[in-house]
Amino acid sequence: MTIALVIEKLQKSYGTVKAVKNISFQVQTGEIFGILGPNGAGKTTTIRCICTLSQPDAGQIEVGGVSVIDNPRAARRRLGYVAQEVALDKMLTGQELLELQGAIYHIPNKVAKERISELLQLLGLEEYANKKTGTYSGGLRKRLDLAAGLLHQPDVLVLDEPSVGLDIESRFILWDFLRKLKAAGTTVVITSHYLEEIDALADRLAIIDQGEIIATGTPSELKNRVGGDRVTLRIREFSPPDEAEKAKHLLESLPFVEEAIINSAQGNSLNLVVTSQSNPLTQIEQSLAAADLPIFSMAQSRPSLDDVYLAATGRTLMDAELAAAGSRDLKAEQKQAMK
Amino acid sequence: MSQTITPAKFDLLSPKREISAKTDENSNNWADFIQETIALTKRLFIQLQRRPSTLIAGIIQPFMWLVLFGALFDNAPNNLFGNDLGYAQFLAPGVIVFTAFSGALNAGLPVMFDREFGFLNRLLVAPLASRFSIVAASTIYIISLAFIQTGVIVGASALLGAGLPGLAGLGAIALIVFLIVLGVTALSLGLAFALPGHIELIAVIFVTNLPLLFASTALAPLSFMAKWLQVIASLNPLTYAIEPIRYLYLNNHWTIKSMVMETPWTSISFTGVILILLAFDAVILFAIQPLLRRRFA
Repeated sequence: MTIALVIEKLQKSYGTVKAVKNISFQVQTGEIFGILGPNGAGKTTTIRCICTLSQPDAGQIEVGGVSVIDNPRAARRRLGYVAQEVALDKMLTGQELLELQGAIYHIPNKVAKERISELLQLLGLEEYANKKTGTYSGGLRKRLDLAAGLLHQPDVLVLDEPSVGLDIESRFILWDFLRKLKAAGTTVVITSHYLEEIDALADRLAIIDQGEIIATGTPSELKNRVGGDRVTLRIREFSPPDEAEKAKHLLESLPFVEEAIINSAQGNSLNLVVTSQSNPLTQIEQSLAAADLPIFSMAQSRPSLDDVYLAATGRTLMDAELAAAGSRDLKAEQKQAMK
Repeated sequence: MSQTITPAKFDLLSPKREISAKTDENSNNWADFIQETIALTKRLFIQLQRRPSTLIAGIIQPFMWLVLFGALFDNAPNNLFGNDLGYAQFLAPGVIVFTAFSGALNAGLPVMFDREFGFLNRLLVAPLASRFSIVAASTIYIISLAFIQTGVIVGASALLGAGLPGLAGLGAIALIVFLIVLGVTALSLGLAFALPGHIELIAVIFVTNLPLLFASTALAPLSFMAKWLQVIASLNPLTYAIEPIRYLYLNNHWTIKSMVMETPWTSISFTGVILILLAFDAVILFAIQPLLRRRFA
């Protein structure tokens, strides 16, 4: 396996805010590498440093052996960038935008024309090619932006939160496309704060929190590391608190239950951590039946990436999102993004 | 995304299979620079074609200047502006230069909006041969607009009785308009890269535009002005563009050695004025270099 992208001890501050404290990871050629973390964790800053939009304070970044910092122009040729916010010129048609894109990557006109028509076909954009991008829907805009990012056949395609704002169908189409891209040999780096997205797509991933990497590996490695299985149990569709509390005490006394939490946000459902080797569902069912407690639903699952995040940081991604949403200075970030 | 993506040719998505022609070693910087400049210029013209209001307003405005300002001083004493010189004749060069100047000063706005909407990032992550291609594209665009405007002003002034310079004179006007547009466009683009946002850029344009007009010889000759304003007007690049054009309008026989401009200190020849404008451009192009590089390698 060759290495497509190396990030070594990356640091970047904006004013007094240390957006990236110390991030190192390697992406292998031909894999989909996910960067997972809550909003404000430093994902976009990392991406901006990779794509030469921000100058790191310290550290090294290499794309295909080329230093992004020392030789940005050569690095830019190897990188494709799909930003979180699709920025199209609404007065241009899709075709015209792609022609402009081809020219700023210095693709010979004739080659560019051929590639544009093939990419438009591949992304199902042919019928929109001669319409102004101002008339495009969110999904169409994203697809056109993907085509633009791929026009010069980059070694590494970097996507920053590609499915934000997309409807579910568009998201699945995007995922499908990224898998094809990988199958064709392009390395893909994708950031997301959606667990399912990274879980579904990434061969390997790094979880980032507060500017630092807290875990790296394949999704199943990370989940195995957390250990145990998860059982989600609902006594009733909406359980009364006292009943949920009673069930919790009961289940905590079972030998294979390591932890039990009442999730009040989910109708007082119970989230249990159980040892992996046990076969818990029957035993849970029996002990609840003995205490005259009903079961509305019950499911066993392996730990999710959220559990990985929880184990490392002591909070769930959702909590982190909420906390981050309160403390972020969006205006300052917007300003930063413009620089 | 309402339809499925058909699995077409997979190699289309592979890295660098077809476009291996362009590599780090064999890329030709000049060819790259020209290619990207043409593409960026084309974009500006497509925008203009689909949104022609700038051009229409840009033609109406100087026309209004001519008519309204001309009427404002219609009853000024004869020969106030020089022998046998009506105000229309006096005014035309000022309006030509000021129109070109205003257009160039606004050149940074589209770039600022590109920055704010994230479109500029598309250019900044691309392996541009030089970010001066962004400056070059804007200059070509503004110059083309300025030439159209100048043509209309020259024509309208002729109808209003200002006369018409000869072919060489028109060429000289074009050169001067080009030089003032180049420098001011570059300055405006530098500001678009440096200032925090479009509000600040508009503020700068606001405080620069009209004061520079009034502190030049566009509307009144140096001799009308207070001494201190004469000094300022004699340092104002607009004056260096207006005075030679005015000379061309008034003198059918001129050479590059003709003294086309009087300052409180000295007289300057046509060649001298051109050299000063060239120096003005050179200083600005040099000064904005770090701004274009700012924050990105």
